[in-house]
Amino acid sequence: MPPEINNEQGIPNEDRERLALSGINLSLAGRCGSYFQMNQDVVHSTCSEEGIDVLPYSEALKRYEWLKDYAWNLVPKDKDEYTRYVAEQKEPQGYVIIAKKGSNNIFPVQACLYLGREQVQHVHNIIIAEENAELHIVSGCASGTHVGRGGAHYGISEFYVGKNAKISFTMIHTWGQEIEVYPRSAAIVEEGGTFLSNYVCMQPVKKIQMYPTAHCRGRDSVARFSSVVIGTPGSTMDLGSRAVLSAKGASAELITRAITKGGTIISRGHISGQVEGTKGHLECKGLILKDGIIYAIPEIEGKVVGTELTHEAAVGKIAREEIEYLMSRGLDEEMATATIIRGFLDVKITGLPDALQRSIDSAIDTAEKSGF
Amino acid sequence: MLEISDLHVEVGGKEILHDINLNIRDGETHVLMGPNGSGKSTLLMAIMGFSTFNIREGTIRFKGEDVTQMPVHERALRGMGIMFQRPPTISGLKLGKLLAATSKKKEDEILALARTVNMDQFLSRDINRGFSGGEIKRSEILQLMMQNPDFVMLDEPESGVDLENIHLLGARIGNLLEKEVQIVNRKKSGLIITHTGYILDYVDANIGHVMCDGEIKCHGSPREILKEIKERGYKECLECRQK
Ligand SMILES: Nc1ncnc2c1ncn2[C@@H]1O[C@H](COP(=O)(O)OP(=O)(O)OP(=O)(O)O)[C@@H](O)[C@H]1O
Ligand SMILES: [Mg+2]
Repeated sequence: MPPEINNEQGIPNEDRERLALSGINLSLAGRCGSYFQMNQDVVHSTCSEEGIDVLPYSEALKRYEWLKDYAWNLVPKDKDEYTRYVAEQKEPQGYVIIAKKGSNNIFPVQACLYLGREQVQHVHNIIIAEENAELHIVSGCASGTHVGRGGAHYGISEFYVGKNAKISFTMIHTWGQEIEVYPRSAAIVEEGGTFLSNYVCMQPVKKIQMYPTAHCRGRDSVARFSSVVIGTPGSTMDLGSRAVLSAKGASAELITRAITKGGTIISRGHISGQVEGTKGHLECKGLILKDGIIYAIPEIEGKVVGTELTHEAAVGKIAREEIEYLMSRGLDEEMATATIIRGFLDVKITGLPDALQRSIDSAIDTAEKSGF
Repeated sequence: MLEISDLHVEVGGKEILHDINLNIRDGETHVLMGPNGSGKSTLLMAIMGFSTFNIREGTIRFKGEDVTQMPVHERALRGMGIMFQRPPTISGLKLGKLLAATSKKKEDEILALARTVNMDQFLSRDINRGFSGGEIKRSEILQLMMQNPDFVMLDEPESGVDLENIHLLGARIGNLLEKEVQIVNRKKSGLIITHTGYILDYVDANIGHVMCDGEIKCHGSPREILKEIKERGYKECLECRQK
């Protein structure tokens, strides 16, 4: 096991807790590898699993000549001001994770991006699972409790899911009220490959805006996006996900559970069925607890006969009848409400290792303990 | 246990129950019969305190205390329990999670109790989602077993239940109502809505009431009333009282 990251390396205790909330285990227990970036510094980058490389971006590009073709390939440099900002950096940071042919990690790799001061943190990540490889990653992003206005995170991520390979990427965010976050991600999924992208954000953030795309271009490829978010007062969360199904048998599922207690949540989704024999389902359920706005914009686009696309969107408040049902079993109104919310957020993700499901569950449980 | 006087209940602006008077003593089990839409479920829901059911007039006293305005959970904590005729489905909330949240019992205890009503396979399902008629009853009885209330209200516990499961449910309901305890020592009381009367084989029901058009029109021995209804139908049964 790699050495533990110690306090000396500058992480206050309270922030360590925030990292834990984001699924980051500083002792590295239950993790096969770890990348840790604090502001723009790589604190460590390590992996003990045979067949899996966890490298800082620049080092990886030096080591593997071919990798340059994978950078800025799925996310265009000039997509917007955020991609341009990252592309212009003289010293790009971020991580590259490569799961070699046939490798498989039972314990996930953790990637931690920690923002400890008011600056723009930028990363560029490339994640590759070669043929028949299975790669599980938990990406924990957190800012220090004290980080105020001016803190921002721009992240480019490019995922390559090879033939019959699988990548699960579970992103748990613990930002602060003043932080702005702009992830820019895309994935390519080859024949028989599976891409699982999970997003959890239970804590305040000033603004987050993202719209990752999965290109399911291989036969029978699968993309599943799941998002579980709470919008607190002052937060604006503009979250989307897109799947482009361009090979026979390709399928996608986009699931969102959104709760607002004062924040604005825009939940976008787009599935494009480009050839026959494709299938997609988009589901957004929103609960408005207090004020706040939930704006669900589901789009399904069928270009041919023989693509089967469905969507389901519902936004509302908790039914009085449901609350009273639980009250009749002895729970007070607050407890009954919290129990229903916890159930609402309980998304079980098929194909996700238990350890990662637990990380998701505990992030939500923590929010429940503080009364959502 | 329960004293209801001059109760008027309105739903959606319309008075459904008119001038209900009912007194259920400790250890007594009463049966409530009456045609569809007569107001039986409304009475149970009003006793439990559901907000859809507006009490216009009258009082409900429970264990000597006026509970007419009390929130639902306060009544539950004082010992009222109800089996719903049509409980809501709650998306994402697993039956097992609900039982854990309401009972503070440990997982293995919950599992053991669930087995006794063949519900162990349902603990990880969304509560009531896609439950069959009989499964809803078993899930409801399981929740009541956890709660173990002093006053048990059952809304058609046997309807939609197959013969084998009626036996299973009946036995549990008998337990809840302390059927095995001698009458003089029995503390638990019940109010049971039934159309078929099958449940009478499993409980000691003392008194039966017939509700019609939101009023309790007749009292008597539950089996006698049932016989009357079976032979002559509600219409004549109720007319008999007008004489
Ligand atoms: N939420 C509601 N809104 C409007 N009317 C209602 C509502 N709930 C009940 N009612 C009406 O009140 C009347 C009594 O209903 P209730 O459910 O109490 O009947 P019941 O005696 O239990 O009948 P059943 O034997 O069919 O279960 C019915 O006419 C019903 O339509
Ligand atoms: Mg009824």
